Amino acid sequence: MKRGFIAIALVTLGMLSYALHQAMVGAPMERTMGEVQRIFYYHVPSAWVAFLCFFVNFLASIWYLVKRSVKPDAIALACAEVGVVFCTIVLITGPLWAKPVWGIWWTWDARLTSTLVLWLIYISYLILRKYSSGGQTPVIAAALAIFGFVDVPLVYMSIRWFRTQHPQPVIGGGEGSGIHPGMFSALMWNFAAFTLFAAVLIYLRYRLEVVQQQVETAYADRALARDVRGAR
Amino acid sequence: MTYLYAAYVVTWVIHILYLLYLTRRFARLRDEVKELEQGK
Amino acid sequence: MSTAPLAKTPGLLEITLATLVKDFRLEWRSKDALNSMLFFALLVIVIFSFAFDPTAEESRRIAGGLIWVGVLFAAVVALNQTWARELRNQVLDAYRVSPAPAMSLFIAKAVGNFIFVTLLEIPMALLFVVFYNLRSIGPVYELVIVAVLATWALVVNGTFFAALSIRTRAREIMLPLILFPISIPALLAMVDATTTILTGESSPMGWIRLLAGYDIVFTTVCLMLFETVLNAE
Repeated sequence: MKRGFIAIALVTLGMLSYALHQAMVGAPMERTMGEVQRIFYYHVPSAWVAFLCFFVNFLASIWYLVKRSVKPDAIALACAEVGVVFCTIVLITGPLWAKPVWGIWWTWDARLTSTLVLWLIYISYLILRKYSSGGQTPVIAAALAIFGFVDVPLVYMSIRWFRTQHPQPVIGGGEGSGIHPGMFSALMWNFAAFTLFAAVLIYLRYRLEVVQQQVETAYADRALARDVRGAR
Repeated sequence: MTYLYAAYVVTWVIHILYLLYLTRRFARLRDEVKELEQGK
Repeated sequence: MSTAPLAKTPGLLEITLATLVKDFRLEWRSKDALNSMLFFALLVIVIFSFAFDPTAEESRRIAGGLIWVGVLFAAVVALNQTWARELRNQVLDAYRVSPAPAMSLFIAKAVGNFIFVTLLEIPMALLFVVFYNLRSIGPVYELVIVAVLATWALVVNGTFFAALSIRTRAREIMLPLILFPISIPALLAMVDATTTILTGESSPMGWIRLLAGYDIVFTTVCLMLFETVLNAE
């Protein structure tokens, strides 16, 4: 298993490198925006990956509530953390793209704002997990995760409606704007590479959590055994 | 284009920071396992 | 104990009403929470009035946002108290053991909170109208519809999240921390709906529909998950 993991890690590294090359060199330069548009090849796949992570977190949370076992809870936690990491990247690269192109750092752009709200929801999830006491954490976290994910379409709809009422510039082109095949290829390579990378990170965080819980149980058992021996 | 490089650099800085965080926690876990095995 | 024949098990509605009446009676007898929260709500309005001092025209544009932010903060103070009494007297354990459905406890608490927050909103709104010399261009009944839907949106999730946050270490701050992000669509809707009604610029129907959808979705999710959370230990 360890060797398999190293193999996958190397493949991931390879794909990330190739995808980076595609983004910086392979894809043609955009006519109106220039080189800075290349941020798109990191910004958009990161958003997709974050969303994928949160979706898996949602599924894992439901799975946990049904089965009540350690595995889905650990997966949920791992996905939330990695999702937040990618989400943070989306929120930083977005304004870095908007400023040179549209002259403003932020606009209540439907997709970027939805990402901000998503980021807030899952940070609150992580804080809830951190501050809740042992046995109940998985259950209440799973409940919040379900609320959070169910909220996502509502968040998107409300911001879209807000935008139609108060129109403002859109970051990254409107829906359904056409895309050059060279650009599409760079986009897809980065999406594939980052998805694989996210899977690697999630697996690592999942293993960490599972072993951590086993260690904690072992400590508790040891303390208990000592008490028993002491009592005798 | 400084914004372009800033975006790519920030992306990788964040990923590397997360990997460092994972490394540190794995190391701590390894220490705890070692301590448990000795204690037994 | 005499072996009296088993009484008919009360239905969902009866249990809910009984819980609601009990809460009101307790609250009325002490009046602590109501008085201090009312005062807090009024203070919020006064402070906002100092902080944002607009002309009559501007006031219609920003009043919506200000009043709902004010209600939000006052509501959080009220919601944090939702389960305090139950916790102090181990009532939640009794509830877990009793055959009463968890739903009835939740509905009773949520409705109680709804009434409570509405009682806070009314003087807040009146004070706002006075301080800002507010006059709505759109029909007032639409404002009432928005207020009802918006208050339920905050209260239904707030009651549920209050039950989540009592199991955490930083209880009081945890509730707003998890409530606010998820409430953003509802907040956007209630603020914008109120503003469009006050300024009379456009129809608030889109926002009202969104609020109604939000209410239906989250009331359902709360009812489905409350029993799980109540029994979590």
